[in-house]
Amino acid sequence: MHEFFFGTYPYIALSVLLLGSIARYERDPFTWKSSSSQLLRRKQLVIGSSLFHVGVLIIFFGHLIGLLTPIAIFDAFGIGHGFKQTMAVLVGGVAGIMALAGGAMLLHRRLYDPRIRANSTFADTGILILLMVQLVLGILTIFVSLQHLDGHEMTKFMAWSFGIFTFDGQAASYIADVSPLFKLHIFLGLTIFLLFPFTRLVHMLSAPIRYIWRPGYQIVRTKKRGA
Amino acid sequence: MKVRAQIGMVLNLDKCIGCHTCSVTCKNVWTSRDGVEYAWFNNVETKPGIGYPKDWENQKRWNGGWERTASGGLKPKQGGKWRILANIFANPDLPEIDDFYEPFDFDYDHLKSAPEMEAFPTARPRSKVSGERMEKIEWGPNWEEILGGEFEKRGKDYNFEGIQKDIYGQYENTFMMYLPRLCEHCLNPACAASCPSGAIYKREEDGVVLIDQEKCRGWRMCVSGCPYKKIYYNWSTGKSEKCTLCYPRLESGMPTVCSETCVGRIRYIGVMLYDADKIAEAAAVSGEKDLYDAQLGVFLDPNDPKVIEAARAEGVPEDWIASARKSPIWKMAMEWKIAFPLHPEYRTLPMVWYIPPLSPIQNAAAAGQVAVQDDMPDVKSLRIPVRYLANMLTAGDEAPVISALERMLAMRSYMRSKTVDGVVNIGVAKRVGLTPHQIDEMYKVMALANYEDRFVIPTTHRELVEDAYDLRGGCGFTDGNGCSTGTTGGKLFGSRKFVTPAEGWK
Repeated sequence: MHEFFFGTYPYIALSVLLLGSIARYERDPFTWKSSSSQLLRRKQLVIGSSLFHVGVLIIFFGHLIGLLTPIAIFDAFGIGHGFKQTMAVLVGGVAGIMALAGGAMLLHRRLYDPRIRANSTFADTGILILLMVQLVLGILTIFVSLQHLDGHEMTKFMAWSFGIFTFDGQAASYIADVSPLFKLHIFLGLTIFLLFPFTRLVHMLSAPIRYIWRPGYQIVRTKKRGA
Repeated sequence: MKVRAQIGMVLNLDKCIGCHTCSVTCKNVWTSRDGVEYAWFNNVETKPGIGYPKDWENQKRWNGGWERTASGGLKPKQGGKWRILANIFANPDLPEIDDFYEPFDFDYDHLKSAPEMEAFPTARPRSKVSGERMEKIEWGPNWEEILGGEFEKRGKDYNFEGIQKDIYGQYENTFMMYLPRLCEHCLNPACAASCPSGAIYKREEDGVVLIDQEKCRGWRMCVSGCPYKKIYYNWSTGKSEKCTLCYPRLESGMPTVCSETCVGRIRYIGVMLYDADKIAEAAAVSGEKDLYDAQLGVFLDPNDPKVIEAARAEGVPEDWIASARKSPIWKMAMEWKIAFPLHPEYRTLPMVWYIPPLSPIQNAAAAGQVAVQDDMPDVKSLRIPVRYLANMLTAGDEAPVISALERMLAMRSYMRSKTVDGVVNIGVAKRVGLTPHQIDEMYKVMALANYEDRFVIPTTHRELVEDAYDLRGGCGFTDGNGCSTGTTGGKLFGSRKFVTPAEGWK
């Protein structure tokens, strides 16, 4: 069971994420969007959405860097495991509270504002609830982490995620003995990956960073052949 | 010189009767769908008024259009690229749907399904957004129709800038005019510049500004970027939509639906040649009052052999160059100088221009207290203040508007003496700097306004750009997802079924 959830399920989730996103982008580009509801109701969105997105982005990149950078690199720079964990708890904690507060406003708006509720799909509401649960789980893990501040526990997750991306068959065994709270958090995270292509989350793949270096402001399309 | 062709439009406000036929036919064709029922790609406003959406002209509030930077460059007024991206989670300049109006329908079914009761059944309004009952409709797309509402509210009109407006709230001095509005298909579109996805583009061959529905991600920066508020976020599909200048019709040489159906024959469509290299400079001139002249400087004379040669070199088709020579837009904007851009101070170089309306003479003039020469009163005695028109059309510069109004009055006077008295009054023509021949032509184009004089539209040249073999079995014009109208099911990615306008009628 553990082997399936943490050894096999990651590959299922990531495959669906990858292939599903490609399929949607390719087959149904009209549905690829951020689905902003600001036009319908500004209230609660301006603060809620800003807090939520900034918080989630910090958490996302925190996980990305924290989990996928080989431990050797941290060691080479002389960053201690304990220090790294303390940073993760601090930054992640603050960002987590931000995201949770913002997300709560967005969820309240989605469930109780008649305009927004009437125009929410099952996926819209569902994924927001899942993200909120995931945020709560993530914040709860901080209390587990505070029990062992040496950073050893954390290196297990790094080994696991690194193992998944390097196709290490033993990956699941690295986190066999961690707290069930962590396991739940990881499982739900993978599930969110799995659902990713079927929800509005796809808009994060279209983060318009390229706008910054797009030459000039204007865009002209020509139909001339060969142009 | 980089010669480009642009389809432009002129609206002769002197003849607009405010019938809304343009708006209604446009809506039937383009926006009779879920999510855009609040959107009017074409709408007609009664001025003075704050308009639709509320107070749209006030860029201190909405931050639309462009702003000149200290170094003489241009950046969107809502912010440069970094600023726009920073606002992506919550756009502080985005109107709410209530600024347009909450779309509603009535419970018509209740009229026939109501049980027997004491009172006559009524059809009460219901929101199209939430489906909930609306007790009272408090704003709509044309709430100020024929000066509806009190002057105190309508008087917030941005065009009253610099005018002692209080007297115009008095019954004796009141004035009104209609302003039909649509996308300006600007030479320097602020919507396209604001789009982080790069989904909005200007077509090289005819200048039509369009939104690629498959590339739009709904970041909604175009809505706030456009100073005319002519981009509408479809709250159902999550994509922005706008006036397409009916490009499928234009491509086959037909005028837009709003122009075709205009009962007052006020709309003109034609080709303008312009120099794309001059745009950046013209949009960034320092004085706002110089923007109108700067835009005139961008247009190229289609009779100039050098321009024709350069146009050919750029691949502008021969019939487009010929159409530019017969363009009613050229005549009105450049030759007679009676048409003006709407709010040039937004620095977007708009391409839908307006002929200012004449208005009745104030009582004083009629009583003989104002000098009237050749039946031509001083334009200052017209009911609509010249400054008001100038604020709307020339960033407050009154001279060009006065000249245009005088030329229109001169045309009337000249034609009256010609047809009634049988006298050609060269004096009146001279006084406004026109030749009798020019006035005759003005009369033909503006007063008679025959179909072929109003619309000089060359067809598109598909043979130059497309391989017909690839188009066989294609689906022609579609909106949204390729050829699909969504009827094949496949809700895997949570898309709402796309409803074509024709299906929406059911």
